[in-house]
Parts: sequence; C-alpha cells; structure tokens
Amino acid sequence: MSYESWILIVGSLAGITCGITGCFLILRKLSMLADAISHTVLLGIVLAFIVSQSMSGVYMLIGAAVVGLLTAVGVQMLHQAGIQEDASIGVVFTFLFAVGVILITVFADDVHLDVDHALMGEITFVPWDLVQWGFLPELPKAFLMLSTVLVINLVIIGLFYKELKITSFDPQMAAAIGIPVLLIHYLLMGLVSITTVASFDSVGAILVVAMLIAPGASAYLITDKLSIMLLLSALIGVAAAVIGYYLASWLDVSISGSMATINGIIFALVFLFSPTKGLLSKKISMKRLKMD
Amino acid sequence: MKPVVVENLTVAYQKKPVLSNVSFEVPEGKLIGIIGPNGAGKSTLIKAILGLIPKAAGEIKIYDKKYRAKDRVVGYVPQRGSVDWDFPTNALDVVLMGRYGHVGWFKRPGKKDTEIAMECLKKVGMEEYASRQISQLSGGQQQRVFLARALAQDAKVYFMDEPFVGVDAATERAIIELLNELKRQGKTVLVVHHDLQTVKEYFDHVILLNVNTVAAGATEEVFTLENLHRTYGGKLSFLEKDQLVVEQK
Amino acid sequence: MNDLLKMILFDANTQWVLIGTMLLGVASGVLGSIALLRKQSLIGDAVAHAALPGICIAFLLSGEKSLFVLLIGATMTGLLAAYCIQFIISSSIIKEDAAICLVLSVFFGFGIVLLTKVSQTPSGNKSGLDDFIFGQAASLVGNDVKLMAGAAAVLIFITALIFKELKVLTFDPSFAKGLGLPTGLLNFLFLSLLVAAVVVGIQAVGVILMAALLITPAIAARYWTNSLSKMIVISGIFGALSGMAGTLISTIGEGLPTGPFIVVTATALFLLSMLFAPERGLVTKWVKRMANNKQLRRNKLLQGEKRSGFHEL
Repeated sequence: MSYESWILIVGSLAGITCGITGCFLILRKLSMLADAISHTVLLGIVLAFIVSQSMSGVYMLIGAAVVGLLTAVGVQMLHQAGIQEDASIGVVFTFLFAVGVILITVFADDVHLDVDHALMGEITFVPWDLVQWGFLPELPKAFLMLSTVLVINLVIIGLFYKELKITSFDPQMAAAIGIPVLLIHYLLMGLVSITTVASFDSVGAILVVAMLIAPGASAYLITDKLSIMLLLSALIGVAAAVIGYYLASWLDVSISGSMATINGIIFALVFLFSPTKGLLSKKISMKRLKMD
Repeated sequence: MKPVVVENLTVAYQKKPVLSNVSFEVPEGKLIGIIGPNGAGKSTLIKAILGLIPKAAGEIKIYDKKYRAKDRVVGYVPQRGSVDWDFPTNALDVVLMGRYGHVGWFKRPGKKDTEIAMECLKKVGMEEYASRQISQLSGGQQQRVFLARALAQDAKVYFMDEPFVGVDAATERAIIELLNELKRQGKTVLVVHHDLQTVKEYFDHVILLNVNTVAAGATEEVFTLENLHRTYGGKLSFLEKDQLVVEQK
Repeated sequence: MNDLLKMILFDANTQWVLIGTMLLGVASGVLGSIALLRKQSLIGDAVAHAALPGICIAFLLSGEKSLFVLLIGATMTGLLAAYCIQFIISSSIIKEDAAICLVLSVFFGFGIVLLTKVSQTPSGNKSGLDDFIFGQAASLVGNDVKLMAGAAAVLIFITALIFKELKVLTFDPSFAKGLGLPTGLLNFLFLSLLVAAVVVGIQAVGVILMAALLITPAIAARYWTNSLSKMIVISGIFGALSGMAGTLISTIGEGLPTGPFIVVTATALFLLSMLFAPERGLVTKWVKRMANNKQLRRNKLLQGEKRSGFHEL
C-alpha cells in the first residue's frame, strides 16, 4: 500500500476510535479527564520503558492504561476529599505530566522518545515503523495498535452499551437498579487510556484530545439520539483526518495539527449551521416567534 | 411480611448525623407520605434505603430481606434536577431504561420491553411524545416520563422523591391517578412530600421525619397538629393557620 | 551547592530570574485563587495552550523574536480562546468541560500548524519558540527576565486595586450587579489579568504546565484558611516558593526544564497542606475524629452504667 494511504488509514482509525469513545466523555461531563489522561499517558510510557527497557507496543499500552486509570482514581480521590472536580483534574494531571517530563530528561540518553514528538505526534513516520505480528505480513505498528484498540472499544461498548448509557444519563437510577456505576466509570476510563496511547504515538497528545472531544461535540449538536451521535462522531473523526491530511500536504504543515484544526472548523460550522441546535437556526426561529 | 422495615437507621455525612435512629415500618399496598421540613433527611432516607449512600448504623429490610438491587422489587423516581436533560435520548428511550434491570447484562431490550415501555407512557398520558427529545418536554411532562420509567421497572415498592415539585395541575392529577392505580394493583408507594395541605387527601399513611422519626402510622392517627409541631418546631407558626383551615373543612 | 550559593549571591541574571519566577508565582497564586472560586481553573489551562498560535502569528507577522511582541500575540489568542469558551457554553448545549477541552485542543493544534510554518521561514529556527512549550526560565536573560518580573508586579498591583470588587463578583455575581458594579467590565478585566498571568508565565513554566501554577497553590491555600484575603496571600506565598524552588533546581542541573520542577514543588506543598493543615487537613481530622470517638464511647459507657444502676434501684 502506498505511503499516503497508510497515513489516511491510520488517521481515520484514530478518528473512529476517539470519536466513539469521546461521546461518552462529553455526555458524562468528563472531557477534561480526557485532556488529563492524554497528558499523563506520557508518564505511563516512560515508566513502561524504564521497567521493560523496550519500546514494545504492548508494554506501552499496559503502562499507559495503568497510569491513565491512576489519573482517574487520583482525581476521584481528591474530589471525594472535598476538592472541586476541575481543580482535582488540574492538580493530578499537571503533577503526573511534570514527573513524566522530569523522568524523560533524566533518562534522556536511553529513551528514544522526545517530548515534542509525544505532544505533537509524528504521523509522517507511521508508514515506516513496521512490525510483524504472528502470521500477518509486516504492517505499520500504529495501524496494528489502533485496529486492536478499535476492536476492543467496539466490543466493550457493544456489550455494555445500555449500562454506559444509563450510568451516563442517570447514575442514581442506575445504582438503584444494581448497575455497578463506579466499575463502568473505570471501564470507560480504561478505554480512554488505551485509545489515547494508541492514537498518541501517531497523532500526539493534544490532537488526541481534539479527536476525542471535537467530533463528539459536533455530533451532539446535530442529533437527539445516542446511537446516531456515536455514528456521526466516528464519521466526523474520519472526515477531519482525511481533509486534515490533504490540507497539511498542500500547505506543507504538521499533519496532526492540521487534523485538529479541521476538527475545530467542522465544529464551528456545525455550531453555526446545525439544522436543530445551530446558532443560526435558533436565531431564525426566535425571529419567527417575534413575528408571530 | 412488611414491604419496608427500617430499624435504628443512622446516616452521617460529616460529624453531624443527617438521620439518627430512624425506625418505622410500612404496610403493604398503601400510599405513604414522607413528611418533614427542609434538611429533615427525607431524600437521604430514600437514598439510604436504596443503598445509594452508606449508612452508619441500623437495619433496612425490604420484604424481610436485605435490599439487593438485583431482586428488582424496588422502583425509584429521583428528583428531576438530578439528570442532564440535554442528553441525546427521547421519552420512550428513557422509559425503556426502566427495563434495563430486567434485561440483564449483555442483552438489548427487545420488542416486548418496547411494548411495555409504550404501555407505561400511555398510562401517564404521554404516548404522543414518545419520540420527543426530553429537553423539549415541559417540567410536568418530564416528571411523567420519570414516573413511566418507574412503572416500567415493574416493582413492588416504589420510592418517589418530590414528584409534585414544579409540575402543572394536570400532571399533579395524573400523578395522583397513577398512585391510586398502583395502590389498586397492591403496590406500596413511598413519596417524599412537602405540601402539608394535601397530605390527608393523598396519603393513607405518613412518616413524620426530622432527623429522628417523630411519628409513623395511619394518616388520621398520626397527622395531628401536635405531631406537626414536634416535626417542624418553631417553623410551623404560619403553616399552623393553613392547617387549622384544612381541619375545619 | 557552593556554586549555587555563589550564583544566587553574585550572578545578577540568576537573581533576576529568581525574582521573576517568584513574582510570577505570587501573581498566578493570587489570580488562581479567584479563578478557583469562580470555578474557572481550567480556563487557565485552555488559555495557556491557546497562547501558542498567538506566539506564532506574532512571530510570522513581525519576523522577529522580540518577547514583548510575542507576548502580545499570545494575549490576543488567549483572550479569544477564553471568550470562545464562554460563548460556546452560553449559546449551545455544550457543557463547560467539553467547551474548554475543545477550544484548548483546537487552538493548540492550530498553533502546531503555525509552528511548522515558522520553522520553514529563514529566520525561524524554531528552538526559541519551542521553549514556550515546557518553559526554560533559567535560560532567560537580560530584558526578557525584567519584562517578566515587571509584568508580574503590575498584575499583582492591579489585582490589589480591584480586589474588593472581584471578591463581590466572585461570591455573588447577581448581588454585584445589584450594587451597580460593571460586572461585564470586571469579568473582562479579570479574564485579561488571568490571560496576562498565563502568558507571562508560559516562558517560565511552559504552556502545558501553566495550569498547575494557577490551580495547585490556590487549592493548597484553601486548606489553611476560610478567609479569601488570607487564602490569596497564602496562595501567593506557595506560588512564590514553588517558582523559587523550581528555578533553583533547574539552575543546578544543566538542561533540566524549570516548569516540571515548579509543578512538583507546588504539588508537594499541596499534599502537605491536604494532610496536615490545622482544622481541615486529613490527618488532623482523622486524629480529631479518633479522639472524639473515644470520648463518645466513654460517655456511652458512663451512661450505660448509670442506666443499669437505675434499673437496680
């Protein structure tokens, strides 16, 4: 397959995976936790490297999932100790990220992971970073990781769809009918962590946040149905990845940055022109109301 | 076998107890009002019974057993403010959530569940709004959707937290009708309520609560001026007049 | 250690850097306390990320790496981001958290796009701008440090001037309006101060960790007092201590970034406060509860004895 098609495939996979998972974060008002986890994953990767002395994808996934969950648990603990939620998030993620950066600089000679790369991602190199798994031919590592995570996400969300839905909508009622609300919360956080780390390597921490939140936010302004919101979010994620790639190669700029920018532009368009919840349609119906 | 028995229940958030030594039992197939001033711990009582918050001490039995959600004998209508009404879901979908306990893990609600949900919407007079996004319903309509969801749970005991707050007259009547319908079916319904004027009209049984249980029993025996004084303390002064008017009637 | 002492005592630049980071710590500690109480902590995070495109635009337009020009660019996009967030929340069903996250990541992504453009310009060796991402206070020199120190001092001064009004606005916005205060203007003023603090801090702490300097000292201070003015002072002190410690550590170790050490120090202060602050500290509370329970048990025992005695009668 050509260089270009690999980048498009990997970008689209990241768009779908993040887009679907992100919807639940938006509905649970946990978006900032995605921001937090996308930063602290850095620490997980560094720790995984220090422990295993290798840059293998599996160790990175485990390390990131562990630190991601640790972030979620830490935020929950501080929140329960009486600190408002946004501040708990701020304290936990800045601290863990700072520790990650310090460890990287201390072990700088051994870790082949520079922080710029982690933040901004380097999807450009994705097609050359090949690995071989089992009987499969040599494939780009990012492709394998993202497709694995996508499958995991789809299976988990498929199996626990109604639990995720009811605990997002009405956690009290969910608890009253015996659904383990906290368990479902951590399950979702686990998904966010592995999604983040799989996409992080190719698109970078900040773009992960854009890919998690922006498509879902746009979809949220278009539909009234959760299942359609998930579908739309995935589609928007793919669209942003594809358009972003072509824009980047046309202007010769950072691919992941351009994908984030397109995500923002799509949101702005939806925000203004969505048929039901857009600013313009609201203005028009207000005017009609006044005329009547 | 009593549907709900509470013995010496104590709940404390910090040092100060919100509920202290609360004890009562309720008879089956009756409408029961939980009455008390602000901060008396009415919502806390319901949440503690449902195991949503931990109790410091005491014993709670539902049909002689420790309450387990999976027994599915309990339906719950929380306060309307507790959910996000912008959630992408419609009225029917919300009612369908009442079936989730019955559906069980890994399965989707089926055709039969949808029929039941539709039936419940009909009972609260909301069938024509089934596909309406929930933020586009009025406060009263939202409350009715919540009630329909509780009906869909098909429970034996219902707990409702302030269902009459912020609803229109039509909804209030619809709720009352529904409560009586549930009673006819032999269900037990506990309702947190704060409008003293309507207590005698709506409920067969009352629990007067102010951190402690002040009194519990049949309305005509327990809902007396003296007990109300003990429940509301000095706060009753202006309520008292209303009460007298009601009694003269 | 001796070298460090020598540097602090005799090296004018190190002294300026120290003063600069300390003043910055005070300013962000003070403004962070107010932001915390207004539940706007994470807006600071978004503003910090949103500064990146501003810095790049300023550089692309002016073609020079003058700190002053870059900071003006950063302030513009930072303010724009803060207003975008407020606009999205007020005119759609998108909630605050999603709005902040969205604006933060999109602005930063756009910043990275611009950064790649910058590195393509002939004068745009991007290493200078890169420092904005993690902060490199120790390597700041000359006028840049003085600018940072001066700006932080001005921020502290303005905040002190309008402290009373900000307090009312924070505690009860509708009451403030009733008093006839220009709440819209005050809101704008506060956001501008917050943005300015973030922008000034970026070069020391970096865009990603700037949020910590706003949030962590303020949260730590909350454990020590119930009065806003005391909380602000304590938060300012914690901010200054963190700034100082971070700078010193990164001065000793060659090439160590300043920001992360400032953050780690601030978090350590926070943990100490959370555990051991009088009245509200977790350990303090636990000890008190234990003592209390003991007392209760003793009382119960006494009561029990009395009661049994009564029965005997």
